[in-house]
Amino acid sequence: MHIVVCVKMVPDTTQVSIDPVTNTLIRDGVPFITNPYDTNAVEEAIRFKDKYGAFVTAVSMGPPNAESVLRKAVSIGTDRAILLSDRAFGGADTLATSTVLGLAIKKLNEEQPVDIVLCGKQTIDGDTAQVGPGIARRMNITQLTLVDEVISVNTEKKTIRVRRKLENYHEIIETKLPVMMTVEREINTPRYPTVPGRLHSDEVRVEVWSNAQLKLDTATIGLPGSPTQVRRIFAPEREQGEIMMGEGPDCSKAVEAFFEKLLDRDIVHV
Amino acid sequence: MERLIFLIVCLGAFAFFFKNIFRLVATICLGRAENRFDNLWSRCGSMFAYGFGQLRVIQKKFGYNHYFLFWGFMTLVLVNFEFLLNGIFPEFSLDFMGVLYVLLKFAADIMSLVVLGCVVLAIARRLFFRPYFIDQTADAFFILCMVGALMIAYFGQHACEIKLGHLEGGMKMPIAWALSNFFSAESAGSLARVFWWIHALVLLFFMNYLPYSKHLHVLTAIPNCFFRSKDMVATVPRLQFKKGEEFGISKVIQFRWKDLLDFMSCTECGRCQEVCPASNTQKTLNPKEMVHQGKVNLFTNSKAVFATRPADMLAPAPKDARMSVPLINGSDKSVSRKAIWDCTTCGACMQVCPVFIEHAPKIVQMRQHLVMEKAEFPEELIALFENSEQRSNPWGIAPSDRAKWAAELNVPMITEGVQAEYLFYVGCAGAFDSRARQVTTALTKILNAAGVSWGILGNEEKCCGDSVRRLGNEYVFDKMAQANIEQLKKYGIKKIITYCPHCYTTLKNDYRQFGADFEVMHHSELISSLIAAGKISPATDSAGRVVIHDSCYLGRYNNIYEQPRAVIKACSGGRAPAEMERCREKSFCCGAGGGRMWMEELDGKRIYLERTQEALRAAPDTIAVACPYCLTMYEDGVKDEKASDRVKVKDIAEIVAASIS
Repeated sequence: MHIVVCVKMVPDTTQVSIDPVTNTLIRDGVPFITNPYDTNAVEEAIRFKDKYGAFVTAVSMGPPNAESVLRKAVSIGTDRAILLSDRAFGGADTLATSTVLGLAIKKLNEEQPVDIVLCGKQTIDGDTAQVGPGIARRMNITQLTLVDEVISVNTEKKTIRVRRKLENYHEIIETKLPVMMTVEREINTPRYPTVPGRLHSDEVRVEVWSNAQLKLDTATIGLPGSPTQVRRIFAPEREQGEIMMGEGPDCSKAVEAFFEKLLDRDIVHV
Repeated sequence: MERLIFLIVCLGAFAFFFKNIFRLVATICLGRAENRFDNLWSRCGSMFAYGFGQLRVIQKKFGYNHYFLFWGFMTLVLVNFEFLLNGIFPEFSLDFMGVLYVLLKFAADIMSLVVLGCVVLAIARRLFFRPYFIDQTADAFFILCMVGALMIAYFGQHACEIKLGHLEGGMKMPIAWALSNFFSAESAGSLARVFWWIHALVLLFFMNYLPYSKHLHVLTAIPNCFFRSKDMVATVPRLQFKKGEEFGISKVIQFRWKDLLDFMSCTECGRCQEVCPASNTQKTLNPKEMVHQGKVNLFTNSKAVFATRPADMLAPAPKDARMSVPLINGSDKSVSRKAIWDCTTCGACMQVCPVFIEHAPKIVQMRQHLVMEKAEFPEELIALFENSEQRSNPWGIAPSDRAKWAAELNVPMITEGVQAEYLFYVGCAGAFDSRARQVTTALTKILNAAGVSWGILGNEEKCCGDSVRRLGNEYVFDKMAQANIEQLKKYGIKKIITYCPHCYTTLKNDYRQFGADFEVMHHSELISSLIAAGKISPATDSAGRVVIHDSCYLGRYNNIYEQPRAVIKACSGGRAPAEMERCREKSFCCGAGGGRMWMEELDGKRIYLERTQEALRAAPDTIAVACPYCLTMYEDGVKDEKASDRVKVKDIAEIVAASIS
């Protein structure tokens, strides 16, 4: 079994603020982390390794320092790490990104057939949730988005059964491999790297693939290959909340007043 | 003929004894290397004070019973030496010592009665008024009976010999002389040898039984006092993170040799259990049991190691030695995981241990194995570990918010080029926790009022890594310590003020292992010196009746007891603060040390509640603390006890700030 897991290096958005004047992200001194959803994808990949002896390849597209998120993936058990890095890939939107990732995974598929491509549900900097499905489309394989549980894998019949988390219900799907799967955070708790794992990851060689290897048409990748245009970035205004205090030991009055406010604002309906 | 038999028995017994001693030494040598042969003079001092002087033993009243037993034994060792040689060479006697010999025989006579009395008391204590922390074991009774039998045989033999005229009685051996009246000449004649043989056989048996019982401490306790740790509370050694090494301890032979000697030195007196906050609140951890488990684990596994190599080898066990029982979880000879995570590293056990066993570092090193090799730890810690590593604070708040508290206070920033004598190392709690920030603000007021030259590192300050280290994540701590020291050196920091005792001990003591040598002051030290120098003069008495809590990391770890008291006294019109039942060295942990601040407390009574109830029994208006963790714990406790309206929890800095207006 061969699993490819996609990881992205993102700015730690809890530490990002938006410049009120220029409406751009203030990234000064903000550390980069592995996209949190991707940590669950890596963990799920390693669980396939633990259970079925799968070979796990981690792939990331990003600047040279994105190597750090690949090393983290290696520290918990990823077997091979590939960084797709080229100036030509820069400034990509989700379309151009999935073009690059899709082709890289196709190349990996030629070396050793890929059974499952794992992605996080979305990234915390873009929040689009489009790259995973984009990869599936380019590879022409089934996509299973929003998976919060892998129920079973039949390695002989090459099928997988998963549970998807939808708005009001769960959906259980069984399908044939290969698949592209995006995972919810609830799917697992990522393991903590052991020190021997970390020391190993410090030494491991991260392969860097540039467009010299992928040979993609530069019009389809990077900024030229990205039809998305950002008009404006802004922080949504948040209305000031208020604090309500009850009086005396009887809470029923306070509750009554509270619900009146909710009704007034059309938050609840009678 | 009789002499020949005795010679054979005696030689056999000594051969067996020395074989066992060699085995014990070889077992200790299985441990990892550590230099405990430095400062020999002060080590000798420790040995005399605590080994021979029994200073810690007699800290409890019943310890005097042991004290007399011990000194009785010391006296009798000489007499028994003569006794054994005399059995082989009837002419042998120590009487060349002259008047000293007369004194020795007199002392032995008296001490034998004292020992007998002590034995009776000890048996009675175990039978009728046994403290809960002492287990009822057959072993203990057996040993006590043997000691008793020795004394009775001793008196029997001497009384008979006095009756027979072989010995001079009178006031030289008053007790044996008095007892001689109970024997007739015939009975004395036949019984003298019987008593002699009983005495001889029990003595030789006793000597050989020691290594198999908890009374092994007779042989190991004094060396253990000699090799004690020099630190107030011993910490874990620094590790080298090289590939192929194993990190932390999962096999008993991975301990350092002194740890193995520790295991052998335990008498199961239970004093550690009596003071342990975990044991006192129905948790799994019982320090006494842990040490005992270490001992049986060591003896079981050492057999496996000895089976694989020459019998006369004194060397550490090979790294890949196979163990027959695991150290962590798996048998009654193993320490349970739960116990390992229960420890608050408060150091109370180490403070009371009469023979200086070092419990906490053993626990932390077992945690190191679980965290660094297995990544198996209570799940709530994963956030702490990641937050500490990625954002350098336990909560995972953005580092850019670290200096928010200082925004409106006009705080001098060393990072912006301000030259200051002291760095105020605010600490994570002081910077991020809303309650602790009030203490930080109070302290800045004091620093300014006293005209101290100070500054902070602002957003560049990093977490010291205390919790991470106590929880066994040495790898992350190592990186944090190095980064911190590098940064502090970059800004030319020499003197540091801390508010948190955990920052204090980490910067002051732990960082020494990483080459740091800062002059670190806890705010209680600084404030008390400022008051003494007249730089600030507290006027108003705002705190009312104050009861004081000693933080573990301030008191037991760093011997700071007087300074916080002096500060409170100055703010209370000269009145000393009220004390709790367990105070100073005996202070009871708030429950948040050793990384327990970040863990669920699921079993038994909450430690903070146990402690808060104790504080409330002192009927205070204010509970004074000097640590942000203690502050949090007491505030929770006071809320739980519904006492918030009458009792305030305040840091000593807040008490001072309120009284200098």
